[in-house]
Amino acid sequence: MRFARTPHVARKELAEAVAGGVFALMAAAMVVPLLLIVGYLVFMAWPVLGWEFIVDVPRRGMTDGGIWPAFVGTIYLVVLSLMVSAPIGVLAAVYLNEYAKDNWFNRVVNLAVINLAGVPSIVHALFGLGAFVYAARFGYSILAASLTLAIMTLPVIIASTREALASVPMSFREACWNVGATRWQTIRAVVLPNSISGILTGVILQVSRAAGETAPVMFTGAVFFKAVERGELFAYGLREQCMALSMHLYTLATQVPNVKEALPYATAVVLLGSVLLVNASAIALRVWLRGRKKW
Amino acid sequence: MSPEQAPDPAPAPRPQRPRWAVLGEQALEGLIRLSGMSAIVFVAAIFFFVLREAAPILVREEFSLAQFLFSTEWYPTSASNVRYGTLALTVGTLSVTGLAMLLAVPFGLGAAIYLSEFCSPRLRETLKIVIELLSAIPSVVWGFVGLTVMSKLIVRSTGAPVGVNVLNGGIILALISVPVIVSIGEDALKAVPDSYREAGLALGATRWQMVYRVLLPAARNGLLAAVLLGVGRAVGETMAVLMATGHAVHIPGGLLDSVRTLTANIAAELGEAPAGSDHYRVLFLTGTLLFLITFAVNLAADFVVRGIRRR
Repeated sequence: MRFARTPHVARKELAEAVAGGVFALMAAAMVVPLLLIVGYLVFMAWPVLGWEFIVDVPRRGMTDGGIWPAFVGTIYLVVLSLMVSAPIGVLAAVYLNEYAKDNWFNRVVNLAVINLAGVPSIVHALFGLGAFVYAARFGYSILAASLTLAIMTLPVIIASTREALASVPMSFREACWNVGATRWQTIRAVVLPNSISGILTGVILQVSRAAGETAPVMFTGAVFFKAVERGELFAYGLREQCMALSMHLYTLATQVPNVKEALPYATAVVLLGSVLLVNASAIALRVWLRGRKKW
Repeated sequence: MSPEQAPDPAPAPRPQRPRWAVLGEQALEGLIRLSGMSAIVFVAAIFFFVLREAAPILVREEFSLAQFLFSTEWYPTSASNVRYGTLALTVGTLSVTGLAMLLAVPFGLGAAIYLSEFCSPRLRETLKIVIELLSAIPSVVWGFVGLTVMSKLIVRSTGAPVGVNVLNGGIILALISVPVIVSIGEDALKAVPDSYREAGLALGATRWQMVYRVLLPAARNGLLAAVLLGVGRAVGETMAVLMATGHAVHIPGGLLDSVRTLTANIAAELGEAPAGSDHYRVLFLTGTLLFLITFAVNLAADFVVRGIRRR
């Protein structure tokens, strides 16, 4: 037999249903803007969007044409910053996860990583200007800008590499130590091979972060306009200034009068599209990895 | 022990690794330790180099720190009456961040609770991916969205003369900081042992009763840390507020007033301030102030989290 619900139970169940519904709505409130924003940007950009838009150069005082110099400039900045931050970041994560004991010094290191991640991007820009552009005499250049980006994105690589290293079971290391391997031999033969895909995910995330940053490159090496041939791949030298996709979007949106309406939207779509694509590939890699994990 | 067993032969010398391998390994470990410390070096270097550019202004006689912090007059390029007061900018930062938190904290924590307690594992994975993508959107794209989409919406729905204002910046900042709050908040909820939940449910509590009587108090510190990190993210955000809040250096009277924040002010004026001028140094001083603010917020969040672990 079923008992009749007392008013108390009915009230309790109602509250449960309301709470569940409200929380679901709150979660949905995050999905909806993402879809709306992407949809609206693509809709507005549609008239000019295409391969031609990416490989063409800006024309008529940046009010027409494509985005090639900015696109290739962003690739330069990202690749160079990656070359600096990936090795330092991975090694730092190896230190924190494999070597560091739990003492005050390593707590300070941890705190420094957290704080490095929390420093505002404009402060990174000031640092890049003061340290690389002036103190190190690199001038406004790709070199200064990508070093600034490298330091800014370091915590991304450290955090995700640490996570990847920590997911390798302790017993793997112990087995290796027990056959007489040193700490580094264990890391090279057991820990790194078992976490390489996770580390790769972190590197991919760094790429997406670096590609989207504006403020740090705006004051250290990115310029409004730079003449580059259409589709030219080796467009810039290390000590030259370059255009960057993120800054190009800012310029088109706020500084250039009489821009063709679809142009800034299309720039936003290319920037957002590349960043989300890179991120999605990192996520796909992680999901695939979890599926074939053996432990 | 049988007497006829042959005595053990002399032990063979243990094979040694070649010297270069040992030295190479030591060098590599040194490199690893060095990289491990790099984070400290970089944080210190950031503070040092930003302060170094700002320092000369601190010893100038006509500059007063009290005026810098507590005056609302910001006339950096005035010919006769130069004033470097950042109070209006600080209030701008506070108003935009405050509004953003008013929106982001309930939504962020609600979504975190939904993710960790109410939804199916499959939906959870999907939502977490969406949140990750949301947090990957570059701030300049958010700024562009604020400048175009959001500002049109605000003008149309409120009749305000300009759409770039506190409301716009607050909404955009809320969207930027919500992913931080959700992902860290969810971690905090996940860290509560399942036995707590089971004890609550076994007493006949519904999930909602269990959440607000058991889970929220137990995860209090982690949730506070999530909110603090969200605040840190919002205070430091530059490009989005630069494009979405308008450019009025004054204390806002309402949601539909344009403001300028500390970060946006640096981004807007650094390009025009000649290197080494007072204006340039004051901008670096603002950067130092921002560094200290976010440092304090992050430190506080870390202490709060550490509080949980110790318990």
